[in-house]
Amino acid sequence: MTGSRVQPPYALLAELTHRCPLRCVYCSNPVELTRADSELSTADWSRVIAEAADLGVLQIHFSGGEPLLRDDLEQLINRAFRNGVYTNLITSGVGLDAARAESIARSGVNSVQLSVQAADPLLSNCIAGRNAFAAKQAAAQCLIAAGLPLSMNVVLHSLNIDQLESIVDTCVDWGADRIELANVQFYNWALLNRDLLLPTRDQLAKAESIYRSKKVELGNRVELIWIISDYHERYPKPCMGGWGRVQLTVSPDGKVMPCPVASTISTLSFESVKDRNLAWIWQRSPAFNQFRGFEWMPDPCRGCERRFEDFGGCRCQAFALTSSADRTDPACHLSPDHHLITGALKSVSTTETCEPLTDNEKIHAFQRMRYRQPP
Amino acid sequence: MSGLLTKEARLALSRKALLKHDRVRSSVVLLLPERVIKLNPAGAAILQLCDGARTLVKIIDELQTHYGDAAIETDVAAFLADAIARGWLEVR
Repeated sequence: MTGSRVQPPYALLAELTHRCPLRCVYCSNPVELTRADSELSTADWSRVIAEAADLGVLQIHFSGGEPLLRDDLEQLINRAFRNGVYTNLITSGVGLDAARAESIARSGVNSVQLSVQAADPLLSNCIAGRNAFAAKQAAAQCLIAAGLPLSMNVVLHSLNIDQLESIVDTCVDWGADRIELANVQFYNWALLNRDLLLPTRDQLAKAESIYRSKKVELGNRVELIWIISDYHERYPKPCMGGWGRVQLTVSPDGKVMPCPVASTISTLSFESVKDRNLAWIWQRSPAFNQFRGFEWMPDPCRGCERRFEDFGGCRCQAFALTSSADRTDPACHLSPDHHLITGALKSVSTTETCEPLTDNEKIHAFQRMRYRQPP
Repeated sequence: MSGLLTKEARLALSRKALLKHDRVRSSVVLLLPERVIKLNPAGAAILQLCDGARTLVKIIDELQTHYGDAAIETDVAAFLADAIARGWLEVR
């Protein structure tokens, strides 16, 4: 595929830092985190933002790690704002006081997404590996007081999915007008803890019915979004809307990738914004062109009618589970590697009980998990 | 959040929405959290008038003057009701 036929991207995920006060057991950041002294400078990021706007990027998601740890966060949001780009801040809320919320609002941010781990402090703090629940509630108040629209995001897994109703109620209480219920996706830290985080079919079915009834109850007051658990589906997710089709990620040290997890594909090499401009990397770099279009696809994707909607699923998942990035996503029931998914599901269904776990049983599960560690 | 769509209702873009001309793709787009909506010329013309000051009556009146078509009232009202339900607009 030649560069000129590549459609421009709509969105950029700017991972400003991998530093984070939380240690969540399902963190999607790499297992080998980027060190603070390798992070891009303010000048580098300003150039990347301008290049992204020129390339056709309409939205920039400022994320991390915890982007509040960058002193130049407001400056970078404002750079995007002045380039006419829609900006979204994705934060844990830890360290966000009234003054910072006001300064973020003044920078011209369009929306803020606050993460929450559970509906109560005990479970929330177990998941995040630190006491953060009260800080998050305070952050929500500061954001609302600063006049910012508040989205909230919760990652759902076997240990919090049974309290979905209270989680949604908590988000509504805190003032969210948009709530993303994201079933855990198994990459990086989450993959290391998969057997302890994977919900059973029964848990997922119950949660999905709660989501449906809450959606009706909330109507158009609050937007409720459900992100599927691909392990429980027959067909794979259309990951990132297709490799290098709608979105790109710049990592804290400047690597440009189709998604934040792509650095796990050790057989690809990604270009850096320090060496090339963003347009060249998007249009011409071998890593971006590797899985564009349909020519690269193996069977059964190659002749499948669904290839135009799911693009063969997720390349990172194929690599993580089969060591080959160009195989069909094992989440697809037609994949020759699908037993890798059904095997994982079988191992959790044998421990399935009708009763939700007690607090002590949950704490015991967390003692067996691997928490995110700094480099 | 969203009130009733009466003739005197003042319409404004939602706080989290941004309407802009996308020069790379030569179209008007409405931007919302994790969502990009490409508008057709009619949709763009309607949303550009939702500035928090104009009422529904005023918006329809201006569109009729501009396009010289008296029969658009029902279509515009339906588009606006849908835009409110989708969270693109707020009624003030």
